Amino acid sequence: MKLPSLPSSLRGVALGAWLLAAAGATQAQSASDPLEGWNRAVFGFNEGLDAAVLKPVATGYQKVVPELARRGVSNFFGNFSDGWSAVNQLLQGKPVAAAQMTIRVATNTLFGIAGLFDVASDLGIERQQEDFGQTLGRWGLPAGPYVVWPLLGPSSLRDSAALPLDLSWRPALLSDDEATRYGITALQLIDARANLLSAGRLVDEIALDKYVFIRDGYLSRRRNLVYDGEPPELPDDTKDTPPAAPSKP
Amino acid sequence: MFKQVLAALSITLVLAGAQAQSATAPDALIKQLSNEVIDAVKSDKAIQAGDVSKIITLVDTKVMPNVNFQRMTASAVGRYWRTATPEQQKRLQDEFKILIVRTYAGALTQVKDQTVQLKPMRAGADDPEVVVRTEVKGRGDPIQLDYRLEKNGSEWKIYDVNVLGVWLVEQYKSSFAQEIGAAGVDGLIAKLAERNKAAANKS
Repeated sequence: MKLPSLPSSLRGVALGAWLLAAAGATQAQSASDPLEGWNRAVFGFNEGLDAAVLKPVATGYQKVVPELARRGVSNFFGNFSDGWSAVNQLLQGKPVAAAQMTIRVATNTLFGIAGLFDVASDLGIERQQEDFGQTLGRWGLPAGPYVVWPLLGPSSLRDSAALPLDLSWRPALLSDDEATRYGITALQLIDARANLLSAGRLVDEIALDKYVFIRDGYLSRRRNLVYDGEPPELPDDTKDTPPAAPSKP
Repeated sequence: MFKQVLAALSITLVLAGAQAQSATAPDALIKQLSNEVIDAVKSDKAIQAGDVSKIITLVDTKVMPNVNFQRMTASAVGRYWRTATPEQQKRLQDEFKILIVRTYAGALTQVKDQTVQLKPMRAGADDPEVVVRTEVKGRGDPIQLDYRLEKNGSEWKIYDVNVLGVWLVEQYKSSFAQEIGAAGVDGLIAKLAERNKAAANKS
């Protein structure tokens, strides 16, 4: 669940300091969450921000803007990130996938009117999303501890290291005008949030502890993405020592 | 993208529900059920309109018979399952079942024009437990949807589901463990019951 928007410079500074502090962290699966205190606090902040601003705006956007236009917006941003996926597939040593994604971008840009229409999918050329966090994982870097960032949401040590690069590939940065940049960034954020509205409602209904649910879902999903759908089986942990008393949400 | 996630979630449960034929290979079973499910939802306007009670009935009657729910609950509860009394175990199962039914009932409304494709299955002919992998294709990105099935006599039953890389049982494991650690098995039962009641009141 990556919501791109804050300037990457800020991200870089915070990340640098934090990386130094967390340098000795070992790979954590759902069993351990060494930064839980910070994570829960930021999660709480994000939830508040979401309830106050993001969700109402996204809901309004969904009600007011016709579906065709909304899909065009999603397709446009998706097409843009497909280019980044192609770059990462090359970095991961997957030339065939990279070529496929490049064809996707070309097809959608030329025949889909600058990406507004996802013609490539209709032609059977499917999206295989990759980002630099997955590339690092592919190169052997373990995910590291779970971390939640303000506004950007769930991440991991490894994915956060990749953030500056991942955030550098955005359509907003094509424009030199600051107002336009903020506008496009805002639209990208609203589009992302609107696409997650029903999922958000579902999570609210079925999660016992929303923080834990999102954390475990995020880590599982990222692991799955790094291995392109076929992660190695995790060792059975039924012989764990009992967990320490968990902090209350 | 998450619209498809919900659709996929819904498909998993409903597909599990159609009557299993004896000794059908698990992947053929999943394929047949998936198609039946999608057809059932596509042809029912009430479900597509979002009639929740109708969906819940559908899920309850068609889906549940083909899921090994006891195993699902036991796996999600983990090592505490053995410390629970039979009565607690029954209550856990009942509440977890309601939770799951409600989850997928909500997701079923998202099924519009998806198709399900089987991916090659890697399992020996005599494996008692298999993973069947499928992909839900519709508008947008395809969704990975996997099932763990076990052989029960001559029938195959589902005991875990994976959507987009997240195994459901594993997902609930830490939530359950945290709740039990804080308030015991009864605490978990109470939390589940409260969650189910709140969701029921909302719809």
